[in-house]
Amino acid sequence: MPTQLRLDNFMSEHEYTPKSKVGKWFNDRLPLLTLANHLTDYPTPKNLNYWWTFGGILTFCLITQIVTGLVLAMHYIAHADMAFQSVEHIMRDVNYGWLIRYIHANGASMFFLAVYIHIFRSLFYGSYKSPREVIWIIGIIIYLLMMAAAFLGYVLPWGQMSFWGATVITNLFSAIPLVGEGIVTWLWGGYSVDNPTLTRFFTLHYLIPFLILGLVVLHIWALHVPGNNNPIGIDIKKPSKDTVPFHPYIVIKDGFALLMFMIVFAFFVFYTPNILGHADNYIEANPLVTPAHIVPEWYLLPFYAILRSVPDKLLGVIAMLSAILILAALPWLDTSKIRSAVFRPLYKQFYWILVADVLILGYVGAMPAEGLYLLIARIATAYYFLHFLVVLPVLGFKERTIPVPLSITEPILGGSPNFAAIKKKDSFKDQ
Amino acid sequence: MKNIFRISFLITLFLGFQFNSTAAEKVEYLKTDWSFKGPFGKFDRAALQRGYQVYQEVCSSCHSMKYLSYRNLVEEGGPEFSVEQAKAIAASFEVKDGPNADGEMFMRPARLSDKFVMPYENEKAAQAANGGAYPPDMTVLVKARGDGVDYIYSLLQGYEDPPPGVTLDDGVYYNKYMYGNKIKMSNQLSDGLVEYSDGTNASVEQMAKDVTTFLMWTAEPHLETRHRMGFKAIVYLIILTVLVYFSMKRIWSRIETKV
Repeated sequence: MPTQLRLDNFMSEHEYTPKSKVGKWFNDRLPLLTLANHLTDYPTPKNLNYWWTFGGILTFCLITQIVTGLVLAMHYIAHADMAFQSVEHIMRDVNYGWLIRYIHANGASMFFLAVYIHIFRSLFYGSYKSPREVIWIIGIIIYLLMMAAAFLGYVLPWGQMSFWGATVITNLFSAIPLVGEGIVTWLWGGYSVDNPTLTRFFTLHYLIPFLILGLVVLHIWALHVPGNNNPIGIDIKKPSKDTVPFHPYIVIKDGFALLMFMIVFAFFVFYTPNILGHADNYIEANPLVTPAHIVPEWYLLPFYAILRSVPDKLLGVIAMLSAILILAALPWLDTSKIRSAVFRPLYKQFYWILVADVLILGYVGAMPAEGLYLLIARIATAYYFLHFLVVLPVLGFKERTIPVPLSITEPILGGSPNFAAIKKKDSFKDQ
Repeated sequence: MKNIFRISFLITLFLGFQFNSTAAEKVEYLKTDWSFKGPFGKFDRAALQRGYQVYQEVCSSCHSMKYLSYRNLVEEGGPEFSVEQAKAIAASFEVKDGPNADGEMFMRPARLSDKFVMPYENEKAAQAANGGAYPPDMTVLVKARGDGVDYIYSLLQGYEDPPPGVTLDDGVYYNKYMYGNKIKMSNQLSDGLVEYSDGTNASVEQMAKDVTTFLMWTAEPHLETRHRMGFKAIVYLIILTVLVYFSMKRIWSRIETKV
């Protein structure tokens, strides 16, 4: 059986030696081949479902953004008088410039779509819990940097929404008591959003992806210490009957999922490339004309809704930041010992309420902050914090969980007393 | 497999949200068939040439087209004028060049490589000539309006007398499709305003459609390439996905877990 052979290879993972003499010579000096061997043989739970493919998809997104971004930077001019024009130059005169720019612009949306699925997968299966807290916190930092990069990038075409979005977001810092105004002037490099702002935003937009890349390496490194969580959320022996080698099993599955994702991506790029952007960004920035509605990109809308739902500016900014930072404390706010929501009937309900809550926040974030929308935004904001600060801690103590199987093979092969209970949980049946 | 459906469902939901948020304040726009819509959409070459004529004879006295060059008129996927026609079009405009050997600036006929000549020296001059309103540059105008071609097509035909109770200042006109209904551009199109060389009847509707098609092209000059390439890319991806799916099934069949 080929499987058996692969599993045997695992056992000897630590004693890996390259077969060729040259390989051995090199590996003794820099163990790159040992690393490659570790990555291919890395024991992965065999019951990972498609929600687990988004890690690979996100890596693809990051690389796509960096590669297309490099090419765009060769043609883009970071100057208030020329930025808009240089983007049009890319769209018209650079060979396939339109393709590269549309991939980059829609790639940002695809990146966030994937990261939200990735984050909500962690929330469902309790991937943030011990011993994976560090992976989770690095992930949150990556997410924060992604938001920064996306915001900075949106400013670069120097359209109306770029300019006014930059004005609104940088002005948030003025809410800080005493030093706020000073910080805003420092950020702008002047007394309004202008050329110095654009050049520094460009520099930072170029820098952040590489910071993200470094953190992604740490994220994966930290993942490879305890290994992947899995849909039933139990600790598994590695390697064992519960695991498969990363290559070829997970590689081909991730590849399949990535291709499906690329079809959606291609649809946006080729057929509706501007639908996720705002039309006003095709109007060159004009400090004298304010757009009717200043709206951030869709992926920031839930936080925008939280910001606007608080009547006080400073408290609004604090609420918005807390909404993100609270996630970093999640491993300690969730008191339940059981990881996967499959065995937590109550948590599962609250999980879906949270998903709905965030979608509602996103929706009202796109609407004017008045009347019913504002009321809904306030309730949804309150619930968001309630979920993390009250529901999760209390649930860990009160909830009656379903008995957890001892291994992955057990429920799959059947015969266990737990099987009947688990069988109903469809999220687990069809990995 | 079930999960894939769930993922697709979520994506659909997310798309729905997007469309929904833009569809909040809907006016019923005038409808027409756009040849460039849909995955196989192409520009109607004759409509682009007529549209250029309308732009040139009507719009260009106020609206600039600053990101377009005369050479673009020849390029594939556009109006595809012959090189001679485009050269003649360019030569009918004067551009400032220089300095020459004597250090003087001079005027010369435009060449294919020149950008479209602007109707005004600068934005201030444009405003001064138009009662303070700046006629927006038209190159990417279609993309700069949320409802795109339908909006522009309707706006050009949307002039009517203001309803009772609405008073208009001097130089302000009522248009039922304009955001806020008040517009500083007067009605520009009237039947037979231009004389099409291909004999098409120059009705207001026809001119509005032609010039809007032309504006779609100026905003998205590579639209046809994009549609063609998109079709190939997606077909390629689908075939590859199917192949990878079966490879995956084959590989995972070595172990008892389903994939």
